[in-house]
Amino acid sequence: MPIYQIGPKRLVVGAHYGLKEWIIQRVTAIVMVVFTIVLLIDYCITGSATYEGWAGLFSNQFMKLLTFLALFSLFYHAWIGVRDIWMDYIKPVSIRLTLQVLTVLYLVACAAYAVQILWKV
Amino acid sequence: MVDAQQDVKKDRPVYRNIGLAQLIKYRLPWAGKVSILHRISGAALFLLLPFILYLFDQSLASEMSYQKFQAFTSNIFVKIICLGLIWSFLHHFCAGIRYLLLDLEIGVDKSEANRSAKFVLFLGLALTAIVGLKMFGLY
Repeated sequence: MPIYQIGPKRLVVGAHYGLKEWIIQRVTAIVMVVFTIVLLIDYCITGSATYEGWAGLFSNQFMKLLTFLALFSLFYHAWIGVRDIWMDYIKPVSIRLTLQVLTVLYLVACAAYAVQILWKV
Repeated sequence: MVDAQQDVKKDRPVYRNIGLAQLIKYRLPWAGKVSILHRISGAALFLLLPFILYLFDQSLASEMSYQKFQAFTSNIFVKIICLGLIWSFLHHFCAGIRYLLLDLEIGVDKSEANRSAKFVLFLGLALTAIVGLKMFGLY
């Protein structure tokens, strides 16, 4: 990290600032779109909803990994989106930082729950 | 020319440091409506994530939990909450794809962007209606 990136005079605006989040927001969105299409195709093929069919779909290793990727994308996507909401509306730094920390903890807990759900099947 | 500009300016309300009372009067363009609903639907999905995961868990865990899941989601209030979540998802999905296309500089033109915003708002509601009618057993 260059020296001008550290301390109170660090660069907080300009070219490439926030680009990483911007790209991640879009990549994770595309992963979720792909997952949604796969679910839709499965629904169109199998038609009826039975437990065997539903559980069978997620017991497939490929589907399990795709679902995990989609859910992981969801949590990362939600982090960036909710972070933007806090940055837009919550001005006091102490409250904003608290909300951001709670958001991260909440999403990590959700991710653990998601893993538990997927690897039970 | 200058006079004409001033006449137009006179009719327009000026908003600085918008407060809650002014928000109600503020008429957003279609793209603005889609945008704020994109944010609201995203926030709703975020807040109800544990509920969504719980439903997913119940539907997958076992044959018995699947039956419990079916009984739970046949409750009218649960159905209404789910329908709200389904709209949130569908609106967020459609509006999100519109943003991805705008990123690729497709439909950036003012009139096209306005048209696509109206279309996205309508599409989210129409798809929700289709799912809703299915949920309430109308077809």
